[in-house]
Amino acid sequence: MDDIWQPIWLSIRLAAVTTVFLLVLGAPLAWWLARSRRRWKEAVAAIVAMPLVLPPTVLGFYLLLTLGPDGPFGFITGNGLAFTFEGLVIGSIIYSLPFVVQPIRNAFEAFGEKPLEAAATLGAGPWDRFWHVALPLARPGILTGAVLGFAHTIGEFGVVLMIGGDIPGETRVLSVAIYDYVETLQWRKAHLLAGGMVAFAFTVVLAVLMLNKRPTRQDAPS
Amino acid sequence: MRRCVSLLLLTLALTFRPAAAETAGIAVAANFASPARAIVAAFDGETRLSMGATGQLYLQISQGAPYDIFLAADQARPALALENDHAVRNSRFTYALGRLALFSRNSGMVEGPESLKSAKLRKLAIANPATAPYGAASIEVLRALGLEVTLKPKLVQGKNVAQAYQFAAIGAADMAFVAASLLADRQDGSRWHVPAAMHQPIAQDAVLLTRGEDNATAKAFLAFLKGPEALAIIRRYGYDAPIASPSD
Repeated sequence: MDDIWQPIWLSIRLAAVTTVFLLVLGAPLAWWLARSRRRWKEAVAAIVAMPLVLPPTVLGFYLLLTLGPDGPFGFITGNGLAFTFEGLVIGSIIYSLPFVVQPIRNAFEAFGEKPLEAAATLGAGPWDRFWHVALPLARPGILTGAVLGFAHTIGEFGVVLMIGGDIPGETRVLSVAIYDYVETLQWRKAHLLAGGMVAFAFTVVLAVLMLNKRPTRQDAPS
Repeated sequence: MRRCVSLLLLTLALTFRPAAAETAGIAVAANFASPARAIVAAFDGETRLSMGATGQLYLQISQGAPYDIFLAADQARPALALENDHAVRNSRFTYALGRLALFSRNSGMVEGPESLKSAKLRKLAIANPATAPYGAASIEVLRALGLEVTLKPKLVQGKNVAQAYQFAAIGAADMAFVAASLLADRQDGSRWHVPAAMHQPIAQDAVLLTRGEDNATAKAFLAFLKGPEALAIIRRYGYDAPIASPSD
């Protein structure tokens, strides 16, 4: 049974670390995308959204070459970041970025200029406005982004298959373990993990739907 | 922002650790994963098994994957590893010969080569002949039987031999050419063990990778793999043990 829990725990760890980085990077990025008036901001938005369209194998293949010893990041660890947990974190951040940035950007855009203008009138600086006005107002979007980013990383397969190397406890995540079990005809173990994933996916999607439906303070009956 | 990202990468790189020494990292082709597990269990030493498709494992080896030994499903990729200095000279040898079997999950469906002419055969699954050695061998057998053209419309291809087996195991295909090793622990259904003489040998080669050059455990494992105990396991899982090893 030990070999079933190890990939589950690894996937949860990977998704948790990735989600933290995604929020730290994604919230300011979404803020900029929502507020900036620069023409080329949609080009940046397109780059962020690209993983939605690209096959994970494309991303994985280029990440493998980028993170490998001959790639630009090879110098950091000597042997490169491919086949390491850190490498998976980097891959997952890129792969799940649109799932976090898009809902947060939508939330930032939804509440419009008024609350920010009001805050500015009251003397709030840009940082103050972002931290104390925009972030709290965008909370449902941020929560949705966090849940989607976490869930999408849990379900990640193609990228990890390319850059992970199937190392137990390090890069053999849940989806790869399922693939291994199917390949080696251990269908009982595959069913255990795959069935668990189906239940997990249902719970997550349901949670996101409920999050989005929950009335915000403004339109709640008083 | 840029500095933020590089700082982040650096923190990542520093917080996590590279793994311990004398463990032998073994990259094994998926078709050999089960016997490899049995051999590792009988072997006295720390090992770590990673599995995948041979081509995918090779790509990862070329990008510095932490493996010391490569147990491939063919001879081409270990040879390529040697050619590109990812492997240690003179370390390549054939550790197992794959055997082909025609399988159906229905008893009585497969009785011999003549069963391929049966009207009950609507779909015959094989591994992709372009990428999988078992697929290429399946086509050779059909050709030897003079059935290559007539059966062409009935062929369905799996990504690899395990998928071809799965098509037959769930009944999506009536029969499949599979690795005999995949049938090692099931008695039901019906099967025909294809004589080895009907196709080119499906030789699977092992090689010591450059990274494992000074790894005593890895060298001990390769020696163990050639020994009688490992060869008995290899046969038990439906492979032929190699007679003489080719050297480079």
